[in-house]
Amino acid sequence: MLQEVLIAGFGGQGVLSTGQLLAYAGMIENKQVAWIPSYGPEMRGGTANCSVTISDEPISSPLVTEPTTLIVMNRPSLDKFEKAVVPGGIILINSSLVDQKVKRDDVQVMEIAANQIAEELGNTKVANNVILGALIELTGIVSIESVVESLKKVLPARRHNMIPVNRQALEKGTQLVLEKGTQLVKEMKK
Amino acid sequence: MAKVMFKRPAALTDKQFHYCPGCTHGIIHRLVAEVIDEMGIRDHTVGVCPVGCSVFAYDYFNMDMFQAAHGRAPAVATGIKRTLPDRMVFTYQGDGDLASIGTAEIVHAAARGEKITTVFVNNAVYGMTGGQMAPTTLPGQKTTTTPKGREKEAAGLPVKISEMLSTLDGAVYVARVSVHDPKHITQAKKAIRKAFEVQQAGLGFSLVEVLSTCPTNWGLSPKESLKWLADNMLPYYPLGVYKEPAEVK
Amino acid sequence: MSKVLMKGNEAIGEGAIRAGCRHFFGYPITPQSELPHYLAKRMPEVGGVFLQAESETSSINMVYGAAGTGFRVLTSSSSPGLSLMQEGISYLAGAELPCVIVNVMRGGPGLGSIAPAQSDYFQAVKGGGHGDYKLIVLAPASVQEIIDLMQVAFDLGDKYRTPVMLVGDGILGQMMEPVELADEVTLPEITAKPWAAGGLKGRETPNIINSLYIVPEDCEKLNHRLFAKYEAIATEETRWEEYRLADAEIVLTGFGTAARIAKSVVDKARAEGIKAGLIRPITLWPFPSKVYAKAAEQAQRFLCVEMSMGQMIEDVKLAVNGKKPVHFYGRSGGMVPLAKDVLAEVKKIMAGGDE
Repeated sequence: MLQEVLIAGFGGQGVLSTGQLLAYAGMIENKQVAWIPSYGPEMRGGTANCSVTISDEPISSPLVTEPTTLIVMNRPSLDKFEKAVVPGGIILINSSLVDQKVKRDDVQVMEIAANQIAEELGNTKVANNVILGALIELTGIVSIESVVESLKKVLPARRHNMIPVNRQALEKGTQLVLEKGTQLVKEMKK
Repeated sequence: MAKVMFKRPAALTDKQFHYCPGCTHGIIHRLVAEVIDEMGIRDHTVGVCPVGCSVFAYDYFNMDMFQAAHGRAPAVATGIKRTLPDRMVFTYQGDGDLASIGTAEIVHAAARGEKITTVFVNNAVYGMTGGQMAPTTLPGQKTTTTPKGREKEAAGLPVKISEMLSTLDGAVYVARVSVHDPKHITQAKKAIRKAFEVQQAGLGFSLVEVLSTCPTNWGLSPKESLKWLADNMLPYYPLGVYKEPAEVK
Repeated sequence: MSKVLMKGNEAIGEGAIRAGCRHFFGYPITPQSELPHYLAKRMPEVGGVFLQAESETSSINMVYGAAGTGFRVLTSSSSPGLSLMQEGISYLAGAELPCVIVNVMRGGPGLGSIAPAQSDYFQAVKGGGHGDYKLIVLAPASVQEIIDLMQVAFDLGDKYRTPVMLVGDGILGQMMEPVELADEVTLPEITAKPWAAGGLKGRETPNIINSLYIVPEDCEKLNHRLFAKYEAIATEETRWEEYRLADAEIVLTGFGTAARIAKSVVDKARAEGIKAGLIRPITLWPFPSKVYAKAAEQAQRFLCVEMSMGQMIEDVKLAVNGKKPVHFYGRSGGMVPLAKDVLAEVKKIMAGGDE
């Protein structure tokens, strides 16, 4: 297995920390993992992205130039990275923030109104984990349990009360895939 | 029994100075050494010498010494002081070293309030490399690189280090002294002592600028040099204490 | 042991602290700034000193001062900053002061780019500053290896009284990978340094930290002494990794990030029936020349992969000594070779297409 995930959006949307959470979960499962952020002037301009590689084999380079999954949290990121996704790859779009459609027809696309869902769960901060839940269900990259386990390590103790709502968000993402994207799941799990 | 009236300070080795006849480096070395002896700090003092005529000062000061790259003595002294905060650390630097190539290092050591003492020897010329213009060379002063005298349009005007550094909050003791006659030598020693006391009290950065002679590169006899210093340098570089903390007044 | 996810730049800092280093002097520069961020927080926790200097010129001279008093000391920068440090590094080598200098390399020349590169290889291993001297140069290829080699770096520096450089690149500095960290940190025993100049404190003879030998005969003696030491280092301390080398017909080679990529290409090539192997120098100086010379008896070709226009390849060629062709694949300016492109190069070479 080799999963190369690119997460892109605005700074402050938790793009980098979501990537770290995913990498941490991979580490807990004893997989090879690497995380690397974009760095430099573009991150001062407000956009941020990071790459997460999770693999059974040693990782040669953590830079992801052709992601198997792209998570899009803002419109400029879709413009910038849509073309890079491998044919047959996945694009997950936070449709609460991005109203643009994917132009390609050789990738699997799933639009998730993550902010709206997070709001319904009572905490907008867990929007990214709704998408992460969908990614997990689509790809089996890690388990939800590993992500929850990672949250215990990543979050300071005083914020462990946030773990249940994060779990709910992850499960909601999973559920969405099962409801809307069964075809997609079959395709990807081949 | 005869009383010893004059002896070599313990803080100087018995190595003979290499300085030219009439050069006042020897006097300034001795003043620093006497202060170290009188304060009883030789055992825990570390000196840093520069590049320039006093490059061999490590042979003369009888204590642990560092030889630093040109202009970098304040950075080296910072490294020493930050590892061993209870040691007394001083730099001994000339005008090319401190006021030209090493301006960044001295300004920032002062700005940080680094608890070190700098003895800055200003003789308005590069000595070791052959009498070239220094940042402190006076307007109109002839040097090997200003053969017609220092011209403002081509070579700018001198840097007044004591005035400049005394604007920094971290520099707590700044004084300019001279060694062209016995009275001034006595005053110079007092200033050097105060600078070390400021360091000992942990008050911040201290610097003593010492106006000095260079008979060889000025093309004057030792005696003429002393007069030239008094006539030309004193008006341009006013002596005095530019900054002094209340604790040592 | 705890397994944690850690950034390369932070691993440099943590590795230094675990190696007993308590003094850091540095100046911010991308892509290594997380290291000063980390140490600004971490050093005070362990009673250490973090100081942001006014320039890299000053950082390296603060290192000179701190190293001269006998303490373990670290500075770090990226390519343009290392250019500024070269004066101080030459003095450190001349005065035989142990310290660790980190270069998280980025694209050059000039202001270049801030993206990962390896184009300071020559600067690191061929001198960099003025005069006859060498640095021990260590090149980790993973975040775990950064932690491990920081300890080695400080130990070798002290053992041989010499500055040690650790080189990485923007990828190694920025990436997070799992690392194993001991839960209990036992500070290593640091060799006594009777030469250190931290004040007499009852000693009779002053210690002098100096690189000035005004009499040429004395200066030559210094150089002979340094080179005798370098010979001992080359004999004792050369480190490298070999991978699937025994029957390799084509030997890929590179260091750091480029070596990781080359290693993955070795597996890909083997999967396609090409007998590929890898030599990864871990010490760039001393360079593991003998390993290449031996490999050249069996292998048909070499391919040097670098994130530069080709610098390490000169040492590879010297080591192979004309016995076999040495090919090159590199990207520069901050571009990173892709495994598929390196694989294509391997196939082309093995098909004889690059004569």
